Amino acid sequence: MIVDYDVIVLGAGLAGMRAALEAARNGASVAVLSKVHPVRSHSGAAQGGINAAIGEGDSWEIHALDTIKGSDYLADQDAVEIMCSEAPSDIIELEHMGVIFYRAPDGRLGTRAFGGASKARTYFVGDITGQALLYTLYDQLLKSGVKVYEEWFATSLFMVGGECRGVVALDMMNGDLVLLRAKAVFVASGGMGRVYEPSTNALICTGDGIALAYRAGAPVMDMEMVQYHPTTLKGSGFLMTEAARGEGAYLLNSLGERFMEKYAPNMKELASRDVVSRAEWQEIAAGRGVDGCVLLDLRHLGPDVILKKLPQIHEMALDFLSIDMIQQPVPVRPGMHYIMGGIKTDSDARTPIPGLYAAGEVACVSVHGGNRLGANSLLDTLVFGRRGGKSSAAYVKTVTSLPSDAAGEQFLASEQERVQALMDRPTTGETHAKLRLELGILMDEKVGVYRDEAGLQRALAAVHDLQERYETVAVRDKGRIYNQALTFALELGYMLDCAEATILGALDRKESRGAQSRTDYPQRDDANWLKHILITKRDGQAPAISYLPVTITKWPPQERKY
Amino acid sequence: MEWTVVVGRYSPPGEPQPKGVPGVPYKAPYDKAPPKTYQTFKVDLPEHAMVLDALIAVREYQDESLAVRCACRSAICGSCAMWVNGHARLVCTSKLREHTVGGKVTVEAPPSMPIVRDLVCDMTPFWNKNRAVTPWLENKQPIPQGEEYRVPNAAMEELIQEVSCISCGACLMDCESFAVNQNFVGPAALAKAYRYTADPRDAETQDRLGNYSKPDGVWDCTHCYECVQQCPKGVAPLEQILKLRKMAVDSGFTHNAGTRHADAFAESVRDSGRLNELTLLPKSVGLFNIPAQIQSLPAAFNLLRAGKLPPLIHHAIPHVERIKNIFKKIGGRFK
Repeated sequence: MIVDYDVIVLGAGLAGMRAALEAARNGASVAVLSKVHPVRSHSGAAQGGINAAIGEGDSWEIHALDTIKGSDYLADQDAVEIMCSEAPSDIIELEHMGVIFYRAPDGRLGTRAFGGASKARTYFVGDITGQALLYTLYDQLLKSGVKVYEEWFATSLFMVGGECRGVVALDMMNGDLVLLRAKAVFVASGGMGRVYEPSTNALICTGDGIALAYRAGAPVMDMEMVQYHPTTLKGSGFLMTEAARGEGAYLLNSLGERFMEKYAPNMKELASRDVVSRAEWQEIAAGRGVDGCVLLDLRHLGPDVILKKLPQIHEMALDFLSIDMIQQPVPVRPGMHYIMGGIKTDSDARTPIPGLYAAGEVACVSVHGGNRLGANSLLDTLVFGRRGGKSSAAYVKTVTSLPSDAAGEQFLASEQERVQALMDRPTTGETHAKLRLELGILMDEKVGVYRDEAGLQRALAAVHDLQERYETVAVRDKGRIYNQALTFALELGYMLDCAEATILGALDRKESRGAQSRTDYPQRDDANWLKHILITKRDGQAPAISYLPVTITKWPPQERKY
Repeated sequence: MEWTVVVGRYSPPGEPQPKGVPGVPYKAPYDKAPPKTYQTFKVDLPEHAMVLDALIAVREYQDESLAVRCACRSAICGSCAMWVNGHARLVCTSKLREHTVGGKVTVEAPPSMPIVRDLVCDMTPFWNKNRAVTPWLENKQPIPQGEEYRVPNAAMEELIQEVSCISCGACLMDCESFAVNQNFVGPAALAKAYRYTADPRDAETQDRLGNYSKPDGVWDCTHCYECVQQCPKGVAPLEQILKLRKMAVDSGFTHNAGTRHADAFAESVRDSGRLNELTLLPKSVGLFNIPAQIQSLPAAFNLLRAGKLPPLIHHAIPHVERIKNIFKKIGGRFK
């Protein structure tokens, strides 16, 4: 079966829904395709808030400088300028759509403090900001009438003559593979957190969109920049929002010291995430940890602030550790949380491949550079989702025809064959679950907060070994309806591609910048490495590395102190 | 430690069938749900593990073909609501320790929803109900130019209880009204309806209240409290439904069976200190709605036969004037 649209959006989180709304407003026929129902998307897990310089005494330039400093000067400053200067109108638009933002006593939008920010400019809804935004956008999507293909799993992009003209996807409800032909495909399928174990990310964050674009020949950029969040719950690894520290929580070591005073005398707990995560790591390594963790202490905030502004993390600590944070500090450790890298795009979400767009965590504009500031990711999804929605709608007007039915059917048949071959493998092969776990532990150990040449080389060899073993992974479910064994096996393939690109980037960047901390190259090296690393894979060839200079507009690189 | 999990399996006809012990057909009102087979798994997990951890362990290491929706594992995405020991639960925050009864925990797709496979149900009824309440802001005009609507924080906080809803569907799965009337808009959707009706930025308050007062709307809730009990996020849909009813009545939407029924209750208690069940039905359906009253005759006959018909002559309780005074003190429509 073949279905036609102007724009197919892959992924229904914030970036995807925002892009779909904007493309539809600009006259394109749009469909959204997602492997889960839109409101199950991982954008909903964002807790703390969304940044914009609206208040008195703040300006988009200060927001931009904070973002650039946070990025360790790897962000492209033209893109950061766009994001920060357009942020206020996007927040106001969200408010008009119905988001129930926290209000100041005068009835205007109120803020909270956040890490790496010199002003309190984070707008929020309790500690469920992502969820509040996700549902509001979903409601708007319902209002717009845009078609959503729920629980459709993308298996490949439809490439014709170097241009992207659609996507093949598995309808999980009946097992059919379908080609959705389109003049443009907008990838907004989120990050690849599950490549790491543990991770704050949902089980669905498997880098599908990154791998699909990478396989189609799109360059991925700054993949080595993997953010470890300083406060993830002991054991399960769930996120304890930075808003806890924004509201005033302390980080303590086993001696009860607020150790961040040593590492970041000015910003303390609210230094940027890479800085705080490394500080925790060092405290734990120096024997001042508590059972492999440090302590997040909220007790002095009092029950009122905790229950009204941080109810969700209060409940999570109760559910998963039986700890009431009103009475007791919570053990936390740095945990994989976000990727700054992704599919390389310009500030209108265009990739170098005609017809292929990307925005959100899946993309790298780059506005986050080496380290993302808290509450800038929701902003990224909305600004570049909107801009990309508009630019893709303009682009499709220039495309006069779609590839022929014959070309479509031929491509679909080859995909059917590929998937069937995977289904037909002997059931004696390895399980996707075992390989996934091995990969995750490997990445956390060797490609985590601290890295070095030897460890990265071992990781690369191990991933190559996993890629070989992947060719024998069996699908033990032979059914057609809701066959998750099949989709998990396909996801593992995506994850291995993402892991390889991450390690290649980390190996290549012989310096420490942002989230990349090389113990063998501990200094930032602007002379040689003030540049982006791009990795491109062409059919049958080994991945190739190339570079792009960082765009500097007004803020020359400086030493980074918090 | 070792846990025992009994999983209700189902595959549609024509698909490979899971092994297991055949279950018995469900009782009414769930007798339309196909019977499942039940398969017992043993899993080794820590003492504080959740039911979802057990299902994932089964899927990863024992039977890859077990279908179960889940994503965040921390009560945010809303994917994993299902029946645990016969009640709708979010399995990611349901502890094995608390749900193991008689040495096992039984997990299955809720028979109140259409089933797809194993623990995966078809949520279409849930999403359709959501869609039916016009779940988006209809902006009050004029929209402030270049700035936000100015509203008190308390008005936003009033809505956060519903905004915490993760659409897991646990409320609908165990809703007693939905079980007998598939058209009932249901708890989550009505809570959502309240969220937009009570939003000071919404322009359609009157239209909304009129629509939600129609049959299958707010008055079809029977106050069974299942939704309040099963909701994992404290949304308490029934509370939102009661707020909608009050808003609707206060706005004059009183010409419906629901309001008449509530009024008949209040009037009877005010005038006699107790419920006059004989007049309740005619007053609810409308005194001159003869067809509806005739329709209820068989039920009345059954009551009579079972000796359950209320006394034909209704007596007031002693000192009924004190009850009237209470009504006067409260004020409102019945003083």
